[in-house]
Amino acid sequence: MNNPLRRLAGFAAFLLVALMANLTYVQVFKADELRQKPGNARTVLAEYDRERGTITVGGKAIATSKAATGGQFAYTRVYPEGPLYAHTTGYFSLIYGATGLERAENPILSGTDDRLLVDRLTQLLAGRAPKGGSVQTTLNPAAQKAALEQLKGRRGAVLAMDPTTGAILAMVSSPTFDPNPLASPQSSVERDAYNKLQNDPASPLLNRAIAQVYPPGSTFKLVTAAAALSSGKYTKDSLVPAPASIQLPLSTKKLPNYDNKACGPNNQTTIENALKISCNTAFAGLGLALGDQALRDQADKFGFNSSFSLPLSSATSVFPDNLDKAQTALAAIGQYDVRSTILQMAMVTSAIGNRGIVMNPYIVAQKRGPDLSVLEATTPSEFGRAVTPQVAAELRDMMVTVVASGTGQRAAISGVQVAGKTGTAQQGGGRPPHAWFVSFAPAKDPQVAVAVILEDGGGATEISGGRLAAPIARAVMEAVLKR
Amino acid sequence: MGSANAVTVARTTPRRRRYAELLLLILAIGVAAAGYVAANLGYSGTVPTDVISVVGAFGALFLVAHLAVRRLAPYADPLLLPLAAFLNLLGLVLIHRLDLADADRAARAGRAVPRADALAQLTWTAIGVALFIAVLFVLRDHRVLQRFTYTALALGIVLLLLPLLPFIGASINGARLWLRVGPLSFQPAEIAKLCLIVFFAGYLVVKREALATARTHALGLDLPRGRDLGPLLIAWAVSMGVLVFQRDLGTAVLFFGLFIALLYVATERRSWLVLGGVFFVIGATLAYFSFGHVRERFFVWLHPFDDPAGSAFQIVQSMFGLASGGVLGTGLGIGNPQFVPFAKTDFIMATAGEELGLAGVFAILIVYAILAQRGFRTAVAARDAFGTLLAGGLSIVLVLQVFIVVGGVTRLIPLTGLTTPFLSYGGSSLVANWVIIALLMRISDGARRPAPPAQPSRDEALTQVVRL
Repeated sequence: MNNPLRRLAGFAAFLLVALMANLTYVQVFKADELRQKPGNARTVLAEYDRERGTITVGGKAIATSKAATGGQFAYTRVYPEGPLYAHTTGYFSLIYGATGLERAENPILSGTDDRLLVDRLTQLLAGRAPKGGSVQTTLNPAAQKAALEQLKGRRGAVLAMDPTTGAILAMVSSPTFDPNPLASPQSSVERDAYNKLQNDPASPLLNRAIAQVYPPGSTFKLVTAAAALSSGKYTKDSLVPAPASIQLPLSTKKLPNYDNKACGPNNQTTIENALKISCNTAFAGLGLALGDQALRDQADKFGFNSSFSLPLSSATSVFPDNLDKAQTALAAIGQYDVRSTILQMAMVTSAIGNRGIVMNPYIVAQKRGPDLSVLEATTPSEFGRAVTPQVAAELRDMMVTVVASGTGQRAAISGVQVAGKTGTAQQGGGRPPHAWFVSFAPAKDPQVAVAVILEDGGGATEISGGRLAAPIARAVMEAVLKR
Repeated sequence: MGSANAVTVARTTPRRRRYAELLLLILAIGVAAAGYVAANLGYSGTVPTDVISVVGAFGALFLVAHLAVRRLAPYADPLLLPLAAFLNLLGLVLIHRLDLADADRAARAGRAVPRADALAQLTWTAIGVALFIAVLFVLRDHRVLQRFTYTALALGIVLLLLPLLPFIGASINGARLWLRVGPLSFQPAEIAKLCLIVFFAGYLVVKREALATARTHALGLDLPRGRDLGPLLIAWAVSMGVLVFQRDLGTAVLFFGLFIALLYVATERRSWLVLGGVFFVIGATLAYFSFGHVRERFFVWLHPFDDPAGSAFQIVQSMFGLASGGVLGTGLGIGNPQFVPFAKTDFIMATAGEELGLAGVFAILIVYAILAQRGFRTAVAARDAFGTLLAGGLSIVLVLQVFIVVGGVTRLIPLTGLTTPFLSYGGSSLVANWVIIALLMRISDGARRPAPPAQPSRDEALTQVVRL
């Protein structure tokens, strides 16, 4: 019986060697392919288990990885400022994925960016766990805090930018949320927090500053005015018809001024005065005179119908196609189907302050490797020219009057010339209008441009933009100007 | 594996080598202790406070086993006990490591922390070692078992049928192969396995001459006579019965492979292998066309990524775990072996592959290889045919079981459920495997023991070479 036993022993050895060969195949040769398979939770987890880079504002971390004590992961993602920068950082959740810069800059933060390959290898050779790089934002902490404080308890958003560079200085959406529980290592905490936010009717997770479009209302009159002045047929002193109301062409409806009064003697007024008191009939008439294509072209030059990547991606602001006359008249005052993000109106305002040049907005100033070497620094870039410097200067002067003696007086800052425009956007359906305010300062050498919206902003009158939104813009501008 | 020469040398020097056994046991306990600390360090960064008492328990358990062997089987192969102890302790470490993940998961979900399976397994280890000692104590000569040939067959079949009974039988994960009495569940197939090995060894000792010599010539092959096909048909029927009634593919294949191998050893006729192969193909084909779950296993084996979240979830998770382990593994406590379903039982090798890497699973497989090799050596060295067949059967079943389950979880062959000997969580399996080691040591003690004291030992040992 010994010979069969020896053969069986040999066969047993063969079976075990076959297992080893197959294990080598799976664990060595097929390993990479298996790691890349969709649904491989380990690959996802690996990202949650290494030291992720920080996101900073003015040298201070607003998102950072802290060594965890116990638990499943080596690190916990924490947001030291909690809700203040929530819509910029986004959250980093195992269950719900990442949003905001956590998502947009994931390759840098997680250290998987190709530019970090050498770092990865040296860290590996040195026996250290690979670390991610850091992302430095353009935000101004004082402006951010001022904006959040002003918006507290209300639904709305503030976006402030440097008009000459496009750098975002403040981006606040209210209500905001605390990203910390969403990055909790405890899945129950994560789930509870997420469900609560999802079920909140005020949609705290929505970034109202860039991801939501609103009817821009009277702030859009800046675009109509720009189109008018650019046409060469008008100056700011041109007299235009401005009755108490106008009959919309091919329609039974009338478009009134907010106070049902004419904007000037003899049912006429200058474009400057029309902007100052936000005269609906004058701008509707201008829109009709210019035609929808001229308005659309001007809007597109400011950035409408384009989307921007900060690298957080913005919603696309829209000036609709194929408008009839009545629709054109309404579109000229920012109603009908015209839709704009807060970002877009901040860009319009910035371009007027920046001699007519629209800058591409950005929120990431620098990306650095784990060793703090700069991998990439954002250089300001032009989106294009919206208006000539002369038209920009005329628009600026008109906006200065709005704040000095018109609807936007509450945005005035003593010792600083402020240019602004109010807006009240009808929503229809019986809901109260949105209150808008856009401004920049100092008027001749702008350092900050702001756009503010308060959803369902209160009174149905033109005054609401000036009364409610303008003080918010002022506070943010003051924070930037250190007033 | 073992050569004839090596066996001869071993038998000419009847050294007890119990200190080698002790040293290897200490080494096994040392590795397990290091693993226990490493798993906790890797998982939570803390050294467990009970490390002294855990290592003390390991040590006490196997010191007792070692002392019992010194007294009850002093000439037994010195490698068997330490190798089995190593696998058993490593299994405890892996189960403990998975307990940590389970406790964490429960805490995160706000559930009560489940009972530690490692503790239950440690209790079963103690029972297994106690049974190991008891077998050595009660069974002073393995040939006694030959008397129970048919009793073993009857007992084996009853054990296999028990799970089908109402009230005490239970289906777990679709396979009806459990006994459940109160909180205790038991897999009788593991014990039935032992009974059937005893039956086949005893039966074949008697019938092997007839099976080997009386032949008919057909199909160009030297075939056994029809009336001698009885044992093969029994083997086939038992395997198919297990498959049909308990839906336990793994055990069915294990039994069938075992019977064919033993027939081959007993008769030294390769025709049994050929016939066995033919019967296997017939059985497999029948099973494929008769049972949906067999077809599904086969399909999942061929196309795991057609349904990675559904029917192929287990094997795909296992492959992911192995891939993430790579060559050196993530380190104990650092991977995510708990993602693999049944990580403590059928898929324990996926846990080892992930955290200990290819290096770790190679080490484990080599330990199995040495264990089997010592078993085959014992079979060759046994002084009686029954001992040879018994030791051969026990060794074959060990290797086959490792191959079926590890091959299954690594997708070398279709996945069928079986425990990994000594490593997997599960009392019945652990206890049965300790009885296997006890039997092998009993046979090896008998083989290596110097002849009766009337003659001087050294000369006697030399004369035994002639008897081989």
